[in-house]
Amino acid sequence: MMEKFDAIVVGAGLAGLASAYTLANEGMEVLVLERGDYPGAKNVTGGRLYVNPVRELFPDIWKKAPLERFIASEGVCMMAGERSVSINYAGNELLEEPYQSFSILRARFDRWLAKQAERKGAMLVDKSRVDDLIFEDGKVIGVRAAGDELHANVVIACDGVLSFIAEKAGLRRKVEAPNYAVGYKEIIELDPSQIEDRFGLEGNEGSARMYMGEVTKGKFGGGFLYTNKSSISLGIVIGIKDLMEEKPSIEAPVLLDEFKQRREIAGLIKGGETVEYSAHVIPEGGYKALNKLYGDGILVAGDAAGLAMNIGVTVRGMEYALASGYYAAQTVLQAKEKEDFSAAALSHYQTQMESSFILQDFKNFQEAPQVLENPRFFNHYPEMLGNIMKDIYEVPAGSKNRLYPTIKQYMAFSELWAMLGDMRKVMKI
Amino acid sequence: MSEAIGLKAKLGLDVFKHDKEAHIKIKDGMQKDPRLKRAILVCPAGLYSENEQGEVELTIDGCLECGTCLIACGTEVLEWHYPSGGTGVQFRFG
Repeated sequence: MMEKFDAIVVGAGLAGLASAYTLANEGMEVLVLERGDYPGAKNVTGGRLYVNPVRELFPDIWKKAPLERFIASEGVCMMAGERSVSINYAGNELLEEPYQSFSILRARFDRWLAKQAERKGAMLVDKSRVDDLIFEDGKVIGVRAAGDELHANVVIACDGVLSFIAEKAGLRRKVEAPNYAVGYKEIIELDPSQIEDRFGLEGNEGSARMYMGEVTKGKFGGGFLYTNKSSISLGIVIGIKDLMEEKPSIEAPVLLDEFKQRREIAGLIKGGETVEYSAHVIPEGGYKALNKLYGDGILVAGDAAGLAMNIGVTVRGMEYALASGYYAAQTVLQAKEKEDFSAAALSHYQTQMESSFILQDFKNFQEAPQVLENPRFFNHYPEMLGNIMKDIYEVPAGSKNRLYPTIKQYMAFSELWAMLGDMRKVMKI
Repeated sequence: MSEAIGLKAKLGLDVFKHDKEAHIKIKDGMQKDPRLKRAILVCPAGLYSENEQGEVELTIDGCLECGTCLIACGTEVLEWHYPSGGTGVQFRFG
């Protein structure tokens, strides 16, 4: 008889590795198939990982995990055409262990996490693309990869945002451009001491910054900057629907080049050497755009399920990937006890996801995608804020206007009315 | 001021392993489809361009496998697969 695994995991990203790690830890026979040369070879993040939501799910890994810098300061920059206004948040709470979030490079982290899963007994095969699912009486019973047929009780689709596996299982929602963004970035190498000097950091402290407005020419999205140990991740996330529209017509690579040349950025990356350019689609449709999470003999986790979320101040996906992988594994363990891998048995995954922070977050923030679509956030407000600051700070040759009337001139009735409308929508987040 | 490096040079920094066959193809007869023009704007690697006949062309070398063209243009105009195992872009940082 052909060897049959307890589970076959498609894709060695965070969801896949989290489920393989969890399953192998419980003695299950689990096979991970990864199409890249090594785990992480195809994986991209902005990026930053928030550890709190997943710390207890993998208690043993955080001490040695190859994370970059813990984020000790958070910046938001409203970028207008000619000027910008920044807010920086630093706080003692960000300096206290356990640290809330870390910058991260996926090729490094994923490869390490795969090692941990292998140490627990998971089997990992790289350079292996899964081409198809194998069905029997409508139930998923395995996968086809490079001509080989591999069988398992459960297939866990962790093949990322484009999830061809979930699609083949009929679990994927129709693709609509408004539900997706693209992130692309450069890794710019700099001496650690230069990074620390430029960002006012000490030791392993790191900085995270977001940029709104001119960086995307008013289109839905923004720029980001994270400091790694000896590099800076600098990039843009932008809604694909806005990007493909021709008002204004601008090519994605141009946006990043112009962003890099802004004064606010140029000084930070000066002398740095770009060593990699990467890009990836991000699911951003929120709760309403999630794919179906389970079927007969199959579970879907991470980006494959649509589990990433943009709520303006944070863009998160990696914690959801790790946690959904964990819950998928828990579901396989429970199904194994009863030797029942039907959709009904695997619906346990849905239940666990509902009662976890994952789907609670997605429900809490289900209005966010519609609210944030508002073009005023990406054009009007950054410009207005910049203009107000310009007028407040300007000292002319003659007498200076009073501050209140200076600000009030921007607050015509129509503007106040529009702001109130925006505010009421923002209150839904 | 840091130099703006060209897109080609930027892609040249990445590690690519050649696949026997192009993993993304423009479907026959779709070269002039308006949906395909979106790819010119959205591709972060700038791999799509329009020729003098108004047809969209794709150069697959330098593909970051991000999936943006697939989302923007759809499967009616693009045949889209991941490259075979162990080929395509191999990120060293990600």
